[in-house]
Amino acid sequence: MNELLIKITFALIVVVVLMTLCAYSVLAERKVSSWIQGRVGPNRTTLPLIGSIPVIGPMLTRLGIFQPAADGLKFLFKEDVIPGHVNKFYYVLAPIISLVPALTTVTVVPFGHFIDTATGDAIPLVLADINVGILFLFAVSSLGVYSIVLAGWAANSKYPFLGGIRASAQMISYELAMGLSVLPVFMWVNKPGMEGTLSLYDVVLAQEGLWFAMWMPVSALIFLVSIFAETNRLPFDMAEAETELVGGFHTEYSSFKFGLFFVGEYAHMVIGGAVMTLLFLGGWHPLPFLPWEITGIWGAVVSVLTFLGKSLFFMFLFIWVRWTLPRFRYDQVMRLGWQFMLPLSIANLIAYAIIIYFLDT
Amino acid sequence: MAIVLKRKPLNFLEKLYLPQIVAGLSTTFKRMLAPKETMEYPEERPPIPKGYRGVPTLVKDPEGREKCVSCQLCEFVCPPKAIRIIPGEIQDEEHANVEKAPKEFDIDMLRCIYCGMCEEVCPEEAIWLQNQYSMSGYSREEMVNNKEKLYELGGTLPDQHFKWKKKKEAEEAGNAH
Ligand code: SF4
Ligand code: SF4
Repeated sequence: MNELLIKITFALIVVVVLMTLCAYSVLAERKVSSWIQGRVGPNRTTLPLIGSIPVIGPMLTRLGIFQPAADGLKFLFKEDVIPGHVNKFYYVLAPIISLVPALTTVTVVPFGHFIDTATGDAIPLVLADINVGILFLFAVSSLGVYSIVLAGWAANSKYPFLGGIRASAQMISYELAMGLSVLPVFMWVNKPGMEGTLSLYDVVLAQEGLWFAMWMPVSALIFLVSIFAETNRLPFDMAEAETELVGGFHTEYSSFKFGLFFVGEYAHMVIGGAVMTLLFLGGWHPLPFLPWEITGIWGAVVSVLTFLGKSLFFMFLFIWVRWTLPRFRYDQVMRLGWQFMLPLSIANLIAYAIIIYFLDT
Repeated sequence: MAIVLKRKPLNFLEKLYLPQIVAGLSTTFKRMLAPKETMEYPEERPPIPKGYRGVPTLVKDPEGREKCVSCQLCEFVCPPKAIRIIPGEIQDEEHANVEKAPKEFDIDMLRCIYCGMCEEVCPEEAIWLQNQYSMSGYSREEMVNNKEKLYELGGTLPDQHFKWKKKKEAEEAGNAH
């Protein structure tokens, strides 16, 4: 009973943190894009009480700290239009499917490490430390494509339809390369003679020395590019392509349903960054070759902060790339996916299979 | 003759596309730290160049008298017919019957096209397009500048004509104009 209560509070905290991260990554997106374009970005929204604290209030206002609240409320108060020509059931289902997998995947993402000072036992800070972690993550997060496909079909109009088709083709093709690119990591983690594991926690433990990004840069690169494609971020934002397809799959959506898609996309990005950190950038290890020493509560706090910092760097990278690169053409995306990424990831897999064979024997 | 530019074949690094991405990223990162172009409008205002044609206003001379003599030339010249003048007598005793002054002077800013004809035609240099550039209001009535508003916007121009003073001096010297 007590354990259940702890789990529930834990889960609530994680969801709240994730949602806050999403909200603030929307802010970061707006701020970074405006900085890159030589603008100032949202700097007017303020709250009555906090905004009037002398120095801090105006500073927070200028940074746009209160903007996400206004953005979110705006979605709530807008008229929720369901066009007459849509298939209502799937139309309503699609935004839900977009957010649920993103929130579900977070259950297997370990975000810290607690070492008991007295016993020396290490406890991963994770909602569910299941042994098939990465498989579960891939399985659930690829459900996200259904939201886009459903939205595209249910909207029953041509732009969402095109967006849906492009997105499904893109996400399915890049999933192959993504899956193959992480195999070398798990080959190394599952040393011969050990119990097999696919848990993300064990991946991080295996990176106390070298981080995987250091000796598997090709894997890391393929994975990173695939994450861009999977989260539909520029340069792979085929599904939205607002210059060609109005808004892509969510053209017919308004108000809160659109907000759900929006939050879903950012939640996918947060998770993508987190997984990238876990698999290739040493998780919560602050530096390579720095074994984890700090124990107790403070150690846990530091580990969570390190992990958050690295994931936020990837959020920044997503945004940064978005405002730097132009969009690929659809055939270029497909060519890159099938003719370069897939062969490269297979070659990479074979190469590391041979290397790891020699290292292990 | 058409100019044919030979496109060089890409070398391996260029085909890889990654160095280009890194170069692009570094460019945008530099832009991010660069000073911002935005002018934060209500707090910061753009410098107004000399001779700028803003909202037409009425001005007084340095002694505080109305310069406009209500000749209605501006009313006639105004292309969109934005100006409405009702002429009247000068109210204060001392200058009564010397010249006229506008009783009412309305400029409809919804009609005005900021052409500056009124300024050009005015024989008294009484109407000026100054540097006020933002006119806004919630109703059509609000957008009509009446006499008080025009003088309030216009203020005083430091010219040295002193027409009224000279006329008075001439009159006192027995020289009825
Ligand atoms: S600026 Fe032109 S349009 Fe405006 S009041 Fe003067 S003459 Fe009329
Ligand atoms: S503003 Fe000038 S042109 Fe217009 S009525 Fe007055 S004196 Fe005449």
